[in-house]
Amino acid sequence: MGKTVLSIENIVKKFGNVAAVNGVSLTIQDGDFFALLGPSGCGKTTLLRMLGGFDSPTSGHIFMDGIDITDVPPNKRQINMLFQSYAVFPHMNVEDNVAYGLRMEKRPTTEINQRVQEALALVRMEEFAKRPPDKLSGGQRQRVALARALIKKPRILLLDEPLSALDAKLRGAMQTELVRLQQTVGITFIIVTHDQDEALSMATRIAVMDEGSFCQVDAPRVLYEAPSSRFVADFIGRMNMHECIVIAEQDNGYCINAGGDMGEISVRHAPLPGVRAGDKIYYGVRPEKVIFSKDKPADNVGNAVVLENYSYHGDETLLYCRSQDGTLWTCTLTNDRRNFTPVNVGELGWLTWAADNMILLAK
Amino acid sequence: METDNWRRNKRVFFAVSVPQLTWLLIFFIIPLAAVFIISFSEKRGIIGHELVWDWKNYIRAIEPIYLSIFAKTLLTSTAVTVICLLVGYPVALAISFAPRWLKLALLFAVTVPFWINGLIRTYALIAVFRTRGILNFTLEWFWSIGASVLAWFGIEVGSYQDLQFLYTNVAATAGIVYVFIPFMILPLYAVMERFDKSYLEAALDLGAGHWRTFFTVLLPLTTPGIISGCIIVFVPSLGVFFIADLLGGTDSLLIGNVIERQFLGANNWPFGAALSFLLMYLTFAALILYSIVNKKSKKIGGVDV
Ligand SMILES: Nc1ncnc2c1ncn2[C@@H]1O[C@H](COP(=O)(O)OP(=O)(O)OP(=O)(O)O)[C@@H](O)[C@H]1O
Ligand SMILES: [Mg+2]
Repeated sequence: MGKTVLSIENIVKKFGNVAAVNGVSLTIQDGDFFALLGPSGCGKTTLLRMLGGFDSPTSGHIFMDGIDITDVPPNKRQINMLFQSYAVFPHMNVEDNVAYGLRMEKRPTTEINQRVQEALALVRMEEFAKRPPDKLSGGQRQRVALARALIKKPRILLLDEPLSALDAKLRGAMQTELVRLQQTVGITFIIVTHDQDEALSMATRIAVMDEGSFCQVDAPRVLYEAPSSRFVADFIGRMNMHECIVIAEQDNGYCINAGGDMGEISVRHAPLPGVRAGDKIYYGVRPEKVIFSKDKPADNVGNAVVLENYSYHGDETLLYCRSQDGTLWTCTLTNDRRNFTPVNVGELGWLTWAADNMILLAK
Repeated sequence: METDNWRRNKRVFFAVSVPQLTWLLIFFIIPLAAVFIISFSEKRGIIGHELVWDWKNYIRAIEPIYLSIFAKTLLTSTAVTVICLLVGYPVALAISFAPRWLKLALLFAVTVPFWINGLIRTYALIAVFRTRGILNFTLEWFWSIGASVLAWFGIEVGSYQDLQFLYTNVAATAGIVYVFIPFMILPLYAVMERFDKSYLEAALDLGAGHWRTFFTVLLPLTTPGIISGCIIVFVPSLGVFFIADLLGGTDSLLIGNVIERQFLGANNWPFGAALSFLLMYLTFAALILYSIVNKKSKKIGGVDV
């Protein structure tokens, strides 16, 4: 672990004169579970296909172990791909599908048989060896595709939205399964998803993409707790985000004026390059870090609000509140007791939070 | 079952199916039965015939001279089918991979001959194949280029001698291929268009080169298109006559020509009818053979695409 296995430099991919991927650079460490996260059409698939060798970049380079593989065809790369449609060959049974890659390597039959058994065991599909794919469920077909790719012992496995076709329950199970598999085989995974929960729970590192470029590449926790831009803050999780004015730079943070009932607040925060006193920036607080209460807790900052609406989600309730200056706020309540109606629409109260829970965003 | 009511309601069922059945009866069953009966008749006088219920016509139809024509017809149709497949497969593949606008243009180009009368198209081929025709001109052009290059190296080759294409088996076969190739391309294209291209990428990804991807993935998965294309080309090509008439030579006689001449030239309807029925049995045999093979291959592959 910790060794760079793949690095890409300034990859651009243009379709006509539209840049689907617009100059991205990235290094991926051996053993990473790397997620590409972004809204639909931001270029995730395009980037992944270039890593797999199915498309060639308009410009830029891809290095694997320091060797330029930009022009190496897919069948000569130690990278395998799990296709969004799984692409399990319909004219071969499970076993033949899984054996396909080794047959192409012209391995001896005994070795093929043994490794097929191992691969099927790895994805827990032993008893389906002789089944044709049209008699498998979506999840089972995906396991076959997974075994078929893993049997090649690639350095990197690319997964394009592997779970998007599965129902919520099965998706959860497969998420755990994929993480288990990745830890068992020790292969670097690069997974494309537009499901932020999936990315946060599975990945060791996440790249957030928008319009063909990377917005931020970080560990899930950093991405969630310290997003570097409003786009990332908004894209990942929920965020109360409003404008404020920088009053002064301080030793370990900033003094801001957030308006409303809050006035001037000192926020401990990492330095924001280029931000000076008097600048207009944004601050954000996550809804789960906000408290709804009758009276204002002494150490917290926040606004007096009226509860406008709420939505019930089983494990939690989302409150939608409006402050006196007309801004909208959300707050989550954990439903930690049965038989308890915590709120009434029209209720007055305070939405407050500890100042250190605020995220300052310059862009 | 609400939806099955119409099945039980016989009157509705009949009302719906009678027109079609009548059509089938008048325009297919009755003429076919008539020809069947005629095949057991005997030619009388110049245009007449009389029903005698014997096998004479059939016995004559399997005389070696006619059997050899049957064999030649089978051979020609097989060659036509194979050529159509070899040419049509890459074309269909290219169309299915082409960008949308080009795809439409290419499909249009494939289907445009349907809009032109077959006879006219065949006459157009005469202009291509005749002694001083387009094909010979083209070859002559290449020849002169080749000759001038060789002359550079001091090698003298004579002037181009026109090749005989028209009135040969080559021209006849080429003509039949030309007429039938859309019938090969279209079913192939239909299958390839539905074919998920990520199968090819998956094969490539798993280490197969382009050739092995073709033989292990593309070919097996497009087999249904190959089979239907071959049937649609092979079966009707058994009966063609005017193409071989116009483009072929005296030895390009196909069974279709013989039948046509029996009906129209020799006015021997009974014998023509017998030959027709033999041709039909031959076609049936080919189709039965196909369905047996198809069933077997289905059992092996276990897919319907
Ligand atoms: N073959 C192509 N020709 C032209 N444009 C393309 C092609 N492939 C992708 N694009 C365009 O490139 C952009 C990025 O596409 P891409 O498929 O990479 O998006 P994505 O992030 O995978 O989206 P999704 O989450 O919907 O799968 C899109 O605007 C898309 O329309
Ligand atoms: Mg995609």
